[in-house]
Amino acid sequence: MSTEEKVRIENLFKVFGSKPKTALKMLKEGKDKDQIHEETGMTIGVQDASFTINKGEIFVVMGLSGSGKSTLVRMLNRLIEPTSGAVYIDGENVSTMTDDELTEVRRKKMCMVFQSFALMPHLNVIDNVSFGLELSGVSKEERYARASDALDQVGLTVYSENYPDELSGGMQQRVGLARALAVDPDVLLMDEAFSALDPLIRCEMQDELIALQEHSQRTIIFISHDLDEAIKIGDRIAIMEGGRVVQVGTPEEILQNPADDYVRAFFKGVDPTNIITAGDISRNTQVQVIRHEGDGPATALQRLRNHDRDYGYVMNKKKEFVGVVSQENLQRVLKYSKLDSDNLSLALMEDVTPVLSTDSMQDILSEVSTKPYPIPVVDENNKYLGVISKNIFLRTLDKTEETINGEEI
Amino acid sequence: MNFFEFEDRLIPLGDWIQFLVDFLVENYRGFFQTLKLPVEKTLETLEWGFTSAHPLIIMAIFAFLAWKLAGKRVTIFTLATLFFIGMLGLWEDAMITMAMVMSSVIFCGLVGVPLGIMSGRSDRAEVAIRPFLDAMQTTPAFVYIVPVVMLFSIGTVSGVLATIVFAMPPIIRLTSLGIRHVDKELIEAAQAFGATPKQTLFKVQIPLAMPSIMAGLNQTIMMSLSMVVIAALIGAGGLGSPVFQGLNTLDIGLASVGGISIVLMAMMLDRITQGLSKKRKRKK
Repeated sequence: MSTEEKVRIENLFKVFGSKPKTALKMLKEGKDKDQIHEETGMTIGVQDASFTINKGEIFVVMGLSGSGKSTLVRMLNRLIEPTSGAVYIDGENVSTMTDDELTEVRRKKMCMVFQSFALMPHLNVIDNVSFGLELSGVSKEERYARASDALDQVGLTVYSENYPDELSGGMQQRVGLARALAVDPDVLLMDEAFSALDPLIRCEMQDELIALQEHSQRTIIFISHDLDEAIKIGDRIAIMEGGRVVQVGTPEEILQNPADDYVRAFFKGVDPTNIITAGDISRNTQVQVIRHEGDGPATALQRLRNHDRDYGYVMNKKKEFVGVVSQENLQRVLKYSKLDSDNLSLALMEDVTPVLSTDSMQDILSEVSTKPYPIPVVDENNKYLGVISKNIFLRTLDKTEETINGEEI
Repeated sequence: MNFFEFEDRLIPLGDWIQFLVDFLVENYRGFFQTLKLPVEKTLETLEWGFTSAHPLIIMAIFAFLAWKLAGKRVTIFTLATLFFIGMLGLWEDAMITMAMVMSSVIFCGLVGVPLGIMSGRSDRAEVAIRPFLDAMQTTPAFVYIVPVVMLFSIGTVSGVLATIVFAMPPIIRLTSLGIRHVDKELIEAAQAFGATPKQTLFKVQIPLAMPSIMAGLNQTIMMSLSMVVIAALIGAGGLGSPVFQGLNTLDIGLASVGGISIVLMAMMLDRITQGLSKKRKRKK
């Protein structure tokens, strides 16, 4: 993933009330949200939010209801006017745009998917999907073509003549998604897009979103109150509380280093083995055996003995993983075949499957528990990265438990 | 101090109004006569159409509308009603009434729908408009019928003008209600996809308010019909005149026949236009 900046938010504030300036001043004087509400009746929606969203990532803004996440996302396309601060998209400041420029951004660059679907009940599916294109004056022929294409992406082509109330919730939200996709925007804002769906459908939609994202690298800003969802789909997560952004980071960063008790509390009850990946905990502590020509079993055995290890990890010169040899196997090979040629392959253990660095701890649990040797970890190009021993696996589990329970490590 | 015994009339409001009307009649009669011109033309055209066309053609048109909008049962009822009114010898009067109702509805729609949209979109407009609607709906027609005659002179056109005043509020109110009831999220969605206020109005708000606007139209028709007899007091023709004549000569039979015809016509138009407001929800 590139780290090109797509959206930047700078010191964004939103005050709901009659005299926002006064409230801003009070905030600067160090009064908090509750005090201001008590004294003036005004509500602080979002307080000093700043972060950057990279191109092509799924950025999840997470928080409980009332944390200001929906307000925040609506300030990106100015459905809600920010009280102060700036929003940049591709370096352009949205918050100072004229109405015409803003309309253009909304029509072409940034589309939204809503929690309540918000489909037009008087339009059928295809007209709903082409709604955005119709607004920008695209001809009927072209917009229907693009709309069918979008419907195809969400698998609803056959329903194009139906009306929204004839579809199930999941299908309606697919239409909502297709309506946004039809415009082919750079940025997709999804406001609790899957929250109104039942768990099974929600899970399905999340998978589909991830699959869609693999085809076309859009920047997706996803609002959610559901941590599991955030971890599943989010490349990075921003956690909001009481209008403030408390922490921004990858799921692992946040889990392993929660910024405060609020974040920690969020992660309570979350299974850490779903978030921490094999790559995160692998260690390069084992003996590596590079297969050179002429380097036979004897050399390998010698190295293992020198390092006092039972197992060696064999790779070729490109560091691509080949297999695991054990002292036992090496001795057997040396004993029975006295040939000097490359007999290392004879000493390889059976049933060795390396795990991917992106696999979660949950995924590799059975591998770690059943194999006698520390299991090898490779990247997507089969390059050897290190191993995970039972010891490390258990220590990681133990550590995350402690972090989550708020104890000092 | 006998101030609070309220024995003397301290505010001569009646005199003021009298003065105002006199003033308007004296100085602006020409203006009001011009004002009534479009109504007059519309009414004349419709009246000519309804009375000169062969009854069978009229019946066919109404039957077709009823069949298209409301179905078989209403079609049968429509034909029966028109046939019955014809047999009662009131065909001509019924057609004049129809022309009056239609012209009143046309102008109520032309003025009322935009006003309704305005008041649906702005709280300030609604606050400004509401007292006028209250006054238009509750002021007894007898009160404003005299000034109407003074300004617009006697006849069917003045009858229609009085009818318009009385029948306009429901379409304004229901249009406004319809616009206000459009889901906030749908408006937000439209805006999020870059709809201008005008696009939001024409592509989202009005289509979704249509059932409500149609219900308003239906109410306007019903209220127009209820003004028929009062309009007859100031010389308007139509089904009101047999009722009025019957009252004057204590001819209960004649008055009843006129009254029954009005009721039947009201039912007929109501059923047909109710079909309209339901049909509008889904076009396939």
